[in-house]
Amino acid sequence: MSVQPSRSQRVDAAIPARAGAGLKAEHIREILDSGADIGFFEVHAENYMGAGGMPHRQLEAIREKYPLSLHGVGLSIGGEQPLDAEHLKRLAALNKKYEPGLFSEHLAWSTHDTTYYNDLLPVPYDKATLDRVCDHIDEVQEVVGRKMLLENPSTYVAFQQSTMSEIEFLKQITKRTGCGLLLDVNNVFVSCTNHERSPEEYLADFPITDVGEIHLGGHAPDRDDEGRPLLIDAHDREVDDAVWKLYESVIRENGSLPTLVEWDNDVPAWPILLAEAQAADRILEQAREPDLKRAV
Amino acid sequence: MQSEMPVADFPPKVSVGDFSAALWDPDAETPEGLIGPDGAIAPKRFSVYRNNVIVSLCDALGQTFPAVTNLLGEDYFRALARAFVAEHPPSTPVLMWYGDMFADFIESFPPLQAYPYVPDVARLEWAWVSAYHAADATPLDPAAIGAVSPDEVGQVRFERHPAAAVLVSRWPVWDLVRINRFDPSAKIEIDLHEPQSVLITRPEFEVEVLLLRPGGDVFVNALMDGATLGGAAAAAGAQVPEFSLSDVLSDCLANGVFSDLRTA
Repeated sequence: MSVQPSRSQRVDAAIPARAGAGLKAEHIREILDSGADIGFFEVHAENYMGAGGMPHRQLEAIREKYPLSLHGVGLSIGGEQPLDAEHLKRLAALNKKYEPGLFSEHLAWSTHDTTYYNDLLPVPYDKATLDRVCDHIDEVQEVVGRKMLLENPSTYVAFQQSTMSEIEFLKQITKRTGCGLLLDVNNVFVSCTNHERSPEEYLADFPITDVGEIHLGGHAPDRDDEGRPLLIDAHDREVDDAVWKLYESVIRENGSLPTLVEWDNDVPAWPILLAEAQAADRILEQAREPDLKRAV
Repeated sequence: MQSEMPVADFPPKVSVGDFSAALWDPDAETPEGLIGPDGAIAPKRFSVYRNNVIVSLCDALGQTFPAVTNLLGEDYFRALARAFVAEHPPSTPVLMWYGDMFADFIESFPPLQAYPYVPDVARLEWAWVSAYHAADATPLDPAAIGAVSPDEVGQVRFERHPAAAVLVSRWPVWDLVRINRFDPSAKIEIDLHEPQSVLITRPEFEVEVLLLRPGGDVFVNALMDGATLGGAAAAAGAQVPEFSLSDVLSDCLANGVFSDLRTA
């Protein structure tokens, strides 16, 4: 008697060190019909929390052919109140149902009292916040039963009360909780521009060995009250040249990592998003070449 | 001195509560302690968050209610959505569940009292999104009713499919939603005096919106409330003389209104 593995229809869950794209409902048919050659897809968990219907059917069809990364946007890990236990259960259920290769959330808050603000709101980098965030991440990893990746934020204001740098804050979190990090290079560029810091120095300090995934996305330029550049994490256009340069240097120095291109607003036709992912793939391939030569 | 002077925190601490209160009130000052790179308080930077919150929530409503958006026009819809968001912000991060109170809000929105059909258009769109995300279930095989012995047919009760719903309306809601959403190029003469009740189903993965025949609303609602087939048909026939049991029942069976039946 042979033992049938469950989910035998699905490809392996592990996310390769290749480029992937944020999955948009309007692209799914074309992706499946064309058998798009891409490393993986990432979805926002909250879009798949309905009971049934087309979204689940489509996601299962994608999951059969591609590894999946599950990215939560609404857990409010930085919030001051306890995590929403029902929401956490839904995240755990989605992890079980789709067996994503990676699972991530944000260093941000989005819920206070009973209101969900639908934005990734910033936290001060101080001891009280650190303790709270670590408790919340411990709870997430316990309930979901796996390691999560925490994404560095895009921020527009700083907190005068902060007592440590963002990097120090993130390092403390990984040390205390064992979680990994999702390095969003666009967020690095946006935040460093907004706070007049060097993105190269930020990246040089970033604990890259804890990084399990990279995000790339587009931002919108604006100005603050004093006319200083203010970049908005809009995910509404191509990845900026400056962000590509930073990404290239991260990969050149540290090797290949799963890399997602996000495009959530003013979503383009699939070939345009695929081309962005292919541009990331070319950079990843360059980083792999020395290994290949050594192997020969 | 016996007690310490009350001195404000320095640097000022901004709690999540302070942040959210200022976020929600467009006239509130930016909380002291939220700064730009020069160390000065940063109102325009703070307003990026305020704008993100309102715009993204209005966008979420726009995605659920495209026919209402078309009926009212984009600008009017945005203003209406802003008023709704201010009064009924979401209480869940799952935004597909946001908007269940939108139709009632429109109904009680004083500037829209002259357009009393708009709330039912919103109700139909809410039923559509609810059906779209409803649990999967196999519709009842239409042949199942033929397998019931003739003397038991009147006693049959049906199990409602998780996606099925009826919207009873005094307004031509089916025509309004078709022309403003599903079939914009259709040549439809809207007659505001024509009441239209609709059936919303999702036999597999596509949501179906169907105009109910006369008496169909009474009949399907009665069945969904647990009435027997005989009881529901009698109720519909008594209220609506043109009610045709065979036509309405075959619409129901062809469109997956039920997932099961029992004769006991």
